[in-house]
Amino acid sequence: MGSITDVAPARELTVRHRAARFRVTRDGLSTLAFLLPFLVIFGVFAWFPILRAFVMSVQDTNLVSEPIFVGLENFQRVLADPLFGIAIRNTAWFAILALVFGFPIPIILAVVMSEVRRYRGVYSALAYLPVVVPPVVSVLLWRFFYGASPNGVFNTILGWLGLGPLPWLQSAATAMPSIVIEATWAAAGATVIIYLAALVGVRPELYDAAEVDGASIWQKIRFITLPQIRNVLFVTLLLQLIATAQLFTEPLLFTAGGPANSTMTVLLLIYKYAFQNSLGGDYGMAAALSLMLAAFLAVFTAGYYWLTRRWSVDS
Amino acid sequence: MILPGRRGAGSGTSLERGILSSADWRQRRIRWLVRFVHIVTLVILLMVGLGPILWMLKSSVTPTLDTLRQPMALWPNGFDLTQFATAWNKVHIDRYLFNTVAIAFGSWAVQIIVATTAGYALSVLRPRFSGLLTGLVIATLFVPPIVLLVPLYLTVVNVPIVQWRMIDSFWAVWLPAGASALNVILIKRFFDNLPREIFEAARVDGAGPFRLFWSIVLPMSRPILGVVSVFAVIATWKDYLWPLLVLRDPELQPLSVRLPILAPTTDLGVFIAALTISSLIPIGLFLLFQRLFLRGAGLSGAVKG
Repeated sequence: MGSITDVAPARELTVRHRAARFRVTRDGLSTLAFLLPFLVIFGVFAWFPILRAFVMSVQDTNLVSEPIFVGLENFQRVLADPLFGIAIRNTAWFAILALVFGFPIPIILAVVMSEVRRYRGVYSALAYLPVVVPPVVSVLLWRFFYGASPNGVFNTILGWLGLGPLPWLQSAATAMPSIVIEATWAAAGATVIIYLAALVGVRPELYDAAEVDGASIWQKIRFITLPQIRNVLFVTLLLQLIATAQLFTEPLLFTAGGPANSTMTVLLLIYKYAFQNSLGGDYGMAAALSLMLAAFLAVFTAGYYWLTRRWSVDS
Repeated sequence: MILPGRRGAGSGTSLERGILSSADWRQRRIRWLVRFVHIVTLVILLMVGLGPILWMLKSSVTPTLDTLRQPMALWPNGFDLTQFATAWNKVHIDRYLFNTVAIAFGSWAVQIIVATTAGYALSVLRPRFSGLLTGLVIATLFVPPIVLLVPLYLTVVNVPIVQWRMIDSFWAVWLPAGASALNVILIKRFFDNLPREIFEAARVDGAGPFRLFWSIVLPMSRPILGVVSVFAVIATWKDYLWPLLVLRDPELQPLSVRLPILAPTTDLGVFIAALTISSLIPIGLFLLFQRLFLRGAGLSGAVKG
């Protein structure tokens, strides 16, 4: 490194620096060599499939015969499928439940943890631990916890409190909430860490100023802490909604969409169209539904940004 | 009075303060209330965060019948370490663990190669159309992964131009893993913030683009490479749907794909031992590289925000 930092006099440097830059930018071959893996991988496995999704949605495609152009027929068939409405309702229900359970818990945890003076690392590690357990392992473990007999793990705990037993995954009414509880457990830690990082950025002067005005602890949280991290809250709320719309592993492994289609989500339906079809995959329908979901999420995101920006400006 | 654990507690405006002021901390009632809340939080975190994992550890050495009869017994009645041996040898968890490691390692290598070379080209070499390429990467960040699922599957079944059927080969997982927009953006941003003077000086000293990349840019990027590596390995370890679709041969399947298939036919104690084996490496990595994990979680949140 010594020879590198031994630079020539300033003037000479600018001249040579221009020359060096010119040489490197003109050195197309080596630049191309560096771009090559990126262009090939993104081209074949990202950009091309995205374009292909649009083409497939207006085609009748299977792996056997040549694709035929069918216009909007795939979209019409999806809309006519009775499972479509069920999947939308279930996904929306999941999103609402995930919001009720999953949104406030990380905020409360992060606010409490931000005031911990000693061993905060232990708190963070404990909160984050479920995030690193592989989802398949968590789901299979929780499937056992949700055992519906009075000897099930959760039913035993409920028994100590004089409650239950609950049917958990076995009944259409409790299956979705059970999935939401596990999903919240598995994801909350990551959100807590994001909020903790945001809380560090709240300027201490604001609290000082509020105390001069005689604010209580609760008032400081309500009128300073939460408004100060509002933008982060808005973004994580949006990301959480987008993630819930794409729920797959949990409903597939917990209940496979049952009982009585009560946990059939949009993603599970796409999977079913493409890969669980005894007549061969209906890839056109799957592409059509996934594009509809993406379009909905894009419109939702735009509307959400428009709304939250207005709120941010108002106050 | 200096309060316990308060680093350099000062009066008035201190940079260390949070919601509670030093005046708040001095009030006995508030101090006890806050401590109480903290202890309750710690107990809840222990039960909820660590509890299920401890339960899994306990049940993997408890005979199946005991686990079924009394799942919440605090201490196992009898230790049955043979369940680990059965899971390892008879259920072939060794094979699937090896597959998982191989898949994770290959995906990691592809992701690092693609992201560092792309980040270097887009941030340091900056060809004329680099703005457009960066835009295209950011655009893919906004496409929900589900849109790619079916077309990507058909691509892997028959890669265009070269007519390569990748199904039932690890390449089908390794190569698509490289198309991670988040990695490229994270690494490009990091390179953007490296001091330009060093690059110029290296060029003046006659270092070509390859030398600059290998001897200067890469060694300076250890922190971000650590974050990206940890996330690459964990993400592959977690992946379920994609390997389920492209690896049909049981001999090649990773743990995440095999475990749900094994569940109905495997003795419960042996199965929980298999679950424990599957979680050991990610949990171990987390305990070893805690800082990287927590920083990475904050970082990816910042990028998405």
